[in-house]
Amino acid sequence: MFAEARIVAAKDLRLEWRSRVTTTQVVPFAVLTLVLFAFAIDPSRGVLGRVAPGLFWVAVLLSTTLAANRAHAVETDAGTRDMLRLSGLEPRAVFAGKAAAIVVQLLGLEIVLAAGTVVLYNVQLATPALLLSAALPATVALGAAGATYGALAASVRVRETLLPLLLLPVLAPVLIAATSATEAAIDSTPEAGWGWAGLLVVLALLYAGAGAGIYGVLLEDQ
Amino acid sequence: MTTIAPAGTGSRATLVLGWLSLAGVAALAALGLWWSPADVVQGDSVRLMYVHVPSAILMYAGCSLCALGSLMWLRKRTDGWDTLAQASAELATLFAALTLVTGMLWGRPTWGAYWTWDARLTSTTLLFLLLVGYLALRSVPASADTRARRSAVLGLLLVPNAMIVHYSVDWWNTLHQDATVAKLDPTIDDLMLFTLFAGMVVGGVVFSWLLTHRFRVAWLQRQVDEVSLDRAIVERRAEADLAGHGSTR
Repeated sequence: MFAEARIVAAKDLRLEWRSRVTTTQVVPFAVLTLVLFAFAIDPSRGVLGRVAPGLFWVAVLLSTTLAANRAHAVETDAGTRDMLRLSGLEPRAVFAGKAAAIVVQLLGLEIVLAAGTVVLYNVQLATPALLLSAALPATVALGAAGATYGALAASVRVRETLLPLLLLPVLAPVLIAATSATEAAIDSTPEAGWGWAGLLVVLALLYAGAGAGIYGVLLEDQ
Repeated sequence: MTTIAPAGTGSRATLVLGWLSLAGVAALAALGLWWSPADVVQGDSVRLMYVHVPSAILMYAGCSLCALGSLMWLRKRTDGWDTLAQASAELATLFAALTLVTGMLWGRPTWGAYWTWDARLTSTTLLFLLLVGYLALRSVPASADTRARRSAVLGLLLVPNAMIVHYSVDWWNTLHQDATVAKLDPTIDDLMLFTLFAGMVVGGVVFSWLLTHRFRVAWLQRQVDEVSLDRAIVERRAEADLAGHGSTR
């Protein structure tokens, strides 16, 4: 299964690398979101630094909807969804590959956004280990949920508007936990953040398990 | 595909349920608004609880039935289970909205604001939005089988989200009061407790009545869709035959 998942993930990442959609559209969109937040929340009052963890993860969440949509749009638009279904690959492997490709893209995006947050919002990171321990399961949770709901909305004509409505409420617990853990990592209060990091691991397992279990049914969709 | 379908939405059983619902709502109004006492701390606003708590329970019941219908559709692939999921999701959405509205009305005098970022209020709103998303997916034009498949997956995923809603009160520090009646020794006046349980029973009867009718309306809608499709096919074939004859002349 892992070998098959690696094939699917490599294919998706190769497609992204060739099309450059993530690097030329999704990443600039996320950075633009950070800049717009600064316009909306006056940086001179010092509020921006305090709410930076939340803004960072909101930017990641919004970008997740784009990445999840894109991961399945490449199949639907090119008409290769049926080929994927008939390829003989295990549905769980296809799910894992799709989710892994989204996770890799999101991790790259988070590195750029983290740098942007530090520079633009003047944030100092006190406990990088906690941030990493929270960001990794949070990203896996985002990737797993994105792959599942992206497949659900893939063959729907109104997927661009439907997917955020379906996906964002599901991701709200990830946002809460990831923001709380990041706040703890910034505020030098790591003991308050490890519990949230643990919750993110649970959410990642939950979404990955649910997606792996149900993806076969979604692949039947025309 | 199941072939047995109701010819209308009413029956003797639904008539009885309807009258029971009406009488129950009237009795609950009398109990809640006149006979039961005002709360020492909350005053008259406690009367909202006789609608709020049953609504919240029925919201969970609707979600559970939707998940059950979705699971069973995935196993059996029959229209009845999909229709049950649809009807119960719509009722869950209705009762989620009622829970939120009554909760906000109760919050104004109790907390001093219609809205606080209390964990349960927030997570109930999220569940409401999940249900709205489910209904939005159902409203996307598709074949019956495709719609049922997509909806079944989404309906099944309501369960973990409903669990997050339920346990969120423990995960996050909250303003919301603990479940009063779930305690072994509830600190509540006997008549108030009785009214609360009466609200749950009446809510259950109303829910069953609405669910039965909604299920049957959805069944009839499916029949109409199938008949319309069959008729359209016959008409197109007739047109094609006419065109064929015309071209040979």
